[in-house]
This record gives sequence, structure tokens and C-alpha cells, in this order.
Amino acid sequence: MWTRFFTRKVHWADIIVVAVLVLFFGYIWIQIDGKLNYKWQWERIPTYLFRYDEDSERWVANVLIQGLLTTIRISIFASLLAIVLGVILGMARTAKNLTVRMLARTYLELLRNIPPLVIIFIFFFFLSEQVVTALNIESWAYAVSRSENVAIWEFFFGDMRRFPSLISGVIVLALFESAFVGEIVRSGIESVSKGQREAAQSLAMRWRDEMQIVVLPQAFRKILPPLANQFIVLIKDSAIISLVSVQDLTLRAVELANSTRMLFETWITVAVLYFVLCFGLSMLFRWLENRAKLVPD
Amino acid sequence: MIEIRGLGMYFGKFQALSNVSLSVEAGEKVVICGPSGSGKSTLIRCINRLEEHSSGQLFVDGVEIGEETRNIRNVRMEIGMVFQQFNLFPHLTVLDNLTVGPVRVRKMSRRDAERRARKYLQRVHIPEQADKYPSQLSGGQQQRVAIARSLCMEPKIMLFDEPTSALDPEMINEVLDVMVELASTGMTMICVTHEMGFARKVADKMVFMEEGEIIETAPPEEFFNHPRSKRCQMFLDKVLEH
Repeated sequence: MWTRFFTRKVHWADIIVVAVLVLFFGYIWIQIDGKLNYKWQWERIPTYLFRYDEDSERWVANVLIQGLLTTIRISIFASLLAIVLGVILGMARTAKNLTVRMLARTYLELLRNIPPLVIIFIFFFFLSEQVVTALNIESWAYAVSRSENVAIWEFFFGDMRRFPSLISGVIVLALFESAFVGEIVRSGIESVSKGQREAAQSLAMRWRDEMQIVVLPQAFRKILPPLANQFIVLIKDSAIISLVSVQDLTLRAVELANSTRMLFETWITVAVLYFVLCFGLSMLFRWLENRAKLVPD
Repeated sequence: MIEIRGLGMYFGKFQALSNVSLSVEAGEKVVICGPSGSGKSTLIRCINRLEEHSSGQLFVDGVEIGEETRNIRNVRMEIGMVFQQFNLFPHLTVLDNLTVGPVRVRKMSRRDAERRARKYLQRVHIPEQADKYPSQLSGGQQQRVAIARSLCMEPKIMLFDEPTSALDPEMINEVLDVMVELASTGMTMICVTHEMGFARKVADKMVFMEEGEIIETAPPEEFFNHPRSKRCQMFLDKVLEH
């Protein structure tokens, strides 16, 4: 592919496009460097990724990597929960029972037609103020943070004292994404031919077996690529839960940029981290998809 | 075994069945024929309630099929169905296609179910294909797997919905042979088919349908040699011409 790219003739229009881009970015650079009198401090950024801990004498993650790990944790947990909710929603959307269908439709339309930010504020304050307090999660998390096997808990959930806000963030994000996952699942279920379900029914299968053995396995094969894509979308969407003080990558970046005044360096670094994560995953999924195609079904 | 009284059924405004009455004894083989769109498939699909009739009564083994049928699954367990498009589960191997019903529905152990599956694969003459996936088999083989899948539930009644219509001509006979053999075991069978040679060979009763009605019911000799209705005569002339 690359050799073909280079051996292809460069058109004069390409040169103009490149020249315009160089001029444009050069101009911006001059503006920042000259007129704004911005002092670049790139050399300080690595210490905010990893720092050397004098006490334990080893390198540990600093704010940006901590934030990245929190983002990854939240994305994984929220995706798992969103898939569970989405499968339920998708099945409800294709149910025979009208009430079930209407309830699913209402849930979906509510989530789809309210800005995500507003949903997140509503759910978050409800969740963290009411549910988290009611379930006594806060005192439980503090107890865990002082217990002996805290290392295992921290591997999965990060700093346990931040657990209540993490779990609220996960739930909020999962509720929001479940609407989209639900629609993907619905399309998958509907793509399974009617004959398949009739064959299952004529074998006297229960609705549960019909779904579990015949419909969902076939549906999932078809919807795996869009589901993987939705996972990447969720990682990007997770940035908005920084607004409800979940210490993800974005919130950590806000704090860092404010305290050090390294606005450009911080945000460019954060952009690169998000890009590497999402682009890396999308390449991985594409590779897996191509590999799956080699296996006959 | 099956008692149908004055059955009626609508698809929206279109009347698919009107006042259909038919009774099938245990062990009897009934072949239903007629032009396409005459309601043949709809009729047999009503028997295991893949379609819901709107009027009349339908009894299977003494149980009335309808809105009130408490457990349609109990009735379906006793009715095997073979579809025009096979409808095998493409993501399962042949063996799993056959065992999934007995294991999940009849709560059989996996080992017993596999033994039974291999027995019926033998019966349809493809014991060597057990570990393949449906897409790796020919149409005729797939349809025989579908027949074996139904037989694995050891039903009392088998319904065939145009089982050879989607097959290439050279594969039709291998499926019909299996059906003839099955007929000789005393199974109660209702077949919707245009294969008149097969009908002559196995049918105890011929049924001719047109526009949602049963026009004629007769034993095969009488049906083929002296059909009473004109429409039936015309249909047979067309089908038997070649």
C-alpha cells in the first residue's frame, strides 16, 4: 500500500494543498510563539506521566496516567454494564408484548432526545446523592481502603476512596450508552431470519432458549463490529463525566493545566493519549475482524 | 390424532383459510396439494400454531389449539416440522442441531441425546456428516438433517412444508426416499408437496386446496384417476403433464 502511495504521481494540486496547510499551521505557530509569548515547557510533561517515588524507589503513574487508567476502567465497566442493559433493551424492543415494547421505546427516546450532559447531571445527582448514600457505599469503600487486600480492589477500581464517584460515573455512562447498544442489538435480532425462530419454536423451545441458543448467537456475530465501534465511542464520551468530578483523564488534565499553566502541552498530550487508545483499539478490532473472516462459519 | 373443524384464518383482510375441515388418524399419511397461495402451508402451520387461526376449532391428540392452550410447547413437542428452507441453525454443527432439542426441551442427558442423534443421522443416510456445519452440506443433505432434527424429538406427527421445493432436481429423490422410509415406520405425516409420484406411493388421503378452501379429499387412486371437481382435474393435468 505504501509503495503504491509513493509511486503514484504527485499532482500540482496536491502541492498547493500541502503548501496552504504548511502556511496555515506556520502562521498559527508564529502567533502562539511570537505574539502570545507562550513559553513551551514540554520537558515537564513526562514527570506528569510517571514520577519517581523516593519512598518505594520505583517509577509510579502520575496524574495523567492515573487519569488514563481511570478512563480505561470506567470505559470497561460501563461497556460491560451497557451491553447487559443493551441486550435487555434490544430484546424488549423486539418483544411480542406491547407494554414491554412501549416501555423500551420510552426509555430509548428519553435517552436519545435529551443532551447527554443533562442526562448525566440528572442521573449523577440522583445516584450520588440518593442511591450511593442509601446503600452506604461510601463507608463501605472507606472500610475497604483501610483493609488488607486493598491492592486487588485498587487494581480494579483505583483509589477506593474515590469509589463512590467512580461507580456513579460508570452507571451514568452505561445508562446513556445502553440506548445505542440496545439499538445495535435490536438490529442484530431483527437480522436473524424468521425461519430460524420458527424452527426453534417448532422444536418446542422456550422463549429463553430460543433467544439464548438460536437468536442471540447469530445476532452477536453480525453486530460485533458496530459494538466494538460503540466501545470506542464510549471511551470518547467518557470525557464528559469529568464534569461530575470523576477523576478521569480529562478532569486530571483540567487540574494540571490550571495549576501549571501548561495549557497547550497538557491538552496536546491528553489528545495524543486518547488518540493512541482509541485508534489502537480500532486497529485491533479491525485485525480481529479480518481474522474472524478467515474462519468459515 | 388431528381434528380440524371449520378453520378460518385472515392475513389482514386477505382470507387465507375458510371453513377448512379435515381429520387425520394416527399413522395416516395425508398429502396436501394445490396451486401456490391456496393456503396449504398456512393450514399445516396452524397445526403447531406458527400461525394463529381466527375461527373454527383445531385439536391435536385431543388438546384444543387456540388462545387458551395453556402450554403450546407440550403440543409442539409431539409435532415435528420440516420447512421449505430447511432452517437449520447455521452456527451449530449438524450434531448440535440434532441434540439441542432433546437436551434443552426434553431435558435429556448430552450422551443420550448424541446417541439418539447418531441413530437418526444413520436413518437419513448421512452419519458421516455429524461434525460439519450446515453450510458445508448440499441442499439435499441439509434437508435430511432437518428431518433428522425433527425426528430426534420423537414426535407423534410430522409436518412437511414443501420439503423439496428449494432443492436442485438431482437432490429431490434422496429426500423423498427418506420420507418414504419414514412413512413405512407408521409415522403420522402431513405433507404439502407437488411431488405426485411420492403422493401416489405413500398417501392414504389426498387433499386438494384452492383459495383457502379444501376442494376435494379422496384416496389416491380415486383422486388421481377420477377427480370429482373440475378445478382439481385442471390442476392435475398441469402437474402430471410431463
